[in-house]
Amino acid sequence: MAPPDRDCRHFSKPALLLSLVLFLSPVLLLCTGNLPEAGAQETTLTIPAIVHPELATPTNVEAFDSPSDQGGSITITWEESTDDVPGTTLVKGYVILRSESPTGDFEEISSVPPHAEEYLDTSVRNNTDYYYKVGVVGAEQTFLSQTVGPAVAKQQWFNSRKVNLLFIALILTFAIILYVFQAKAGKKLYIRRISGIEAVDEAVGRATEMGKPILFIPGIQDMDNVQTVAGLTILASVGKLTAQYETKLEVPVSRSLVMSTGRETLKQAYLSVGRPDLYSDDMVHYVTDEQFGYVAAVDGIMVREKPATCFYMGAFFAESLILAETGNSVGAIQIAGTAMPTQLPFFVAACDYTLIGEELFAASAYLSGDEKMIGSLKGQDVGKAIAMFFILVGAVLATAASLSGNEALTGASDWLRNLFTLNF
Amino acid sequence: MRVQIPLIITFIVGIALIVAIFVPHDPFHRMNEEFSVYFDLIAVFAFILGGGNLLKIHGNRISRRSRDWKYSIVTVVGFLTMLIVGAFKIGGPPGLTGDVTAEGSWFKFMYDSVFVSCQATMFSLLAFFVASASYRAFRAKTKEATLLLIAAFIILIGRTPLGHYMTGWLPQQLEFLHIPNLSNWILSIPNMAGQRAIMIGIALGIISTSLKLILGIERSYLGGEGK
Repeated sequence: MAPPDRDCRHFSKPALLLSLVLFLSPVLLLCTGNLPEAGAQETTLTIPAIVHPELATPTNVEAFDSPSDQGGSITITWEESTDDVPGTTLVKGYVILRSESPTGDFEEISSVPPHAEEYLDTSVRNNTDYYYKVGVVGAEQTFLSQTVGPAVAKQQWFNSRKVNLLFIALILTFAIILYVFQAKAGKKLYIRRISGIEAVDEAVGRATEMGKPILFIPGIQDMDNVQTVAGLTILASVGKLTAQYETKLEVPVSRSLVMSTGRETLKQAYLSVGRPDLYSDDMVHYVTDEQFGYVAAVDGIMVREKPATCFYMGAFFAESLILAETGNSVGAIQIAGTAMPTQLPFFVAACDYTLIGEELFAASAYLSGDEKMIGSLKGQDVGKAIAMFFILVGAVLATAASLSGNEALTGASDWLRNLFTLNF
Repeated sequence: MRVQIPLIITFIVGIALIVAIFVPHDPFHRMNEEFSVYFDLIAVFAFILGGGNLLKIHGNRISRRSRDWKYSIVTVVGFLTMLIVGAFKIGGPPGLTGDVTAEGSWFKFMYDSVFVSCQATMFSLLAFFVASASYRAFRAKTKEATLLLIAAFIILIGRTPLGHYMTGWLPQQLEFLHIPNLSNWILSIPNMAGQRAIMIGIALGIISTSLKLILGIERSYLGGEGK
């Protein structure tokens, strides 16, 4: 069979005539100025319309004052649209609209991605009524929920998320106060030996025998750091010993307030052992607030004066190892104490004795021998015993739950974890 | 009274700040921030004390020609130069609102060219001191030091490509012996457990010390006896 011939001879006469009219009609219309506009021409075409389905609006929309806060916040919750199905793109997200009147103009305040079911509005004033709508955003249109409200942001009188913290704090406080009273009443309390603290006497004695000074560094933080306070309380005990042994003590500090406090502490220590004549304000002197400037100055003192003993008691950062290694290189006996976990390995490596974490805080009580202070240490031990008990119970529960898959055990393990999860 | 008044202030402020943790209502929720501002104000005035003390100590050393008094000249000259250049904003925008660290100011030049360089020099010493301290700490003299040495060796090797090459051939059943895995295990299990134990102890120590300060049991920092 031969292929169809494209020659015009095969078209019928009416078809050829129609083609000619169709071809010439725009030319004729252009000549007469009657060519229709493009837009008008489009309306004559039949294009199938894209149908955007109506989306289900979010349900159970609620707006309420955010709990346990200082006000200025309203929480809006909802259940996602039934069209918000994972893997589909029908829902583009949700918008939150707000108004101060149920019939007023609602203003869009924020938008959240698909599957979100909560929004925290932190741009509200306290004690003002607010009304909300949540809209599900489709491809072209947004479908709004019913209006909810009024919601009023208020300051709360108690942060209920911190009940567990309050409970723990109360137990610890009670234990500490109980043991302080017991110690005050004359009950003998046993506290374990801490070699680093017991070495203080030996270290001061060594310096006295060698006729060399003692260097005391109370960290590089200010008086608002409890480690600095702990360091200065140890300085009081060291000061009493140096006053008794008539040993030179030097305390270079990096904060002016620490200087003032250190002077008062030392003055009182010298006075308490009857040697105010040996005290001088220059024993505690300011160097600089700058971390490495301070290190350079203290290293210089070490290298020039070659102290027999160096104490590092307080908060330290990167300078800890530079100080401790320089002290080591001049042959000083070194006792360090800090609650900075990152600096502890450096002190352990470079010093003769290191008070690890809580031992820094225990040192002043231990050195003073005061019964009330020792009582507070026993109270602290109660806290440790409680912590150990719950860690053990938690570890056993979590392991048993993981191995058995038992729901009750898993629930108990989760409950215990939540109990000790602190919300700040 | 010299000790009693500070003790009363410590008690009131301490209790107020504890209450502020649990009460988000006015005026408590702003207290922490506001007391920090008061502290900064006091610290600013104390800074004058510190500067004065620095000049007094080194001035005495220079005037008495004490031992190493020449170093004191360097300290005093450095201190006064920076103070004058900064206070008078030499080379920079003048006036109270002029930025002391503006480009072209002498203060910025001296800070960047002298101070930062000196600071970096001191900090760089740390690298050498880490090596010397590690050498001493890792000498296997005792059982504990030997354990430390082995753990440190595994972590060091496990953090380098060498660790991957050394044990990368191990079959899947022995994957836990792959040095990088061992290194991660040491860091995330025994090391983390130890760190957490220290942190719990520190937290309890801080609570106990804070209570002692608030209740006035510990008062040696005020120049008083701890009794």
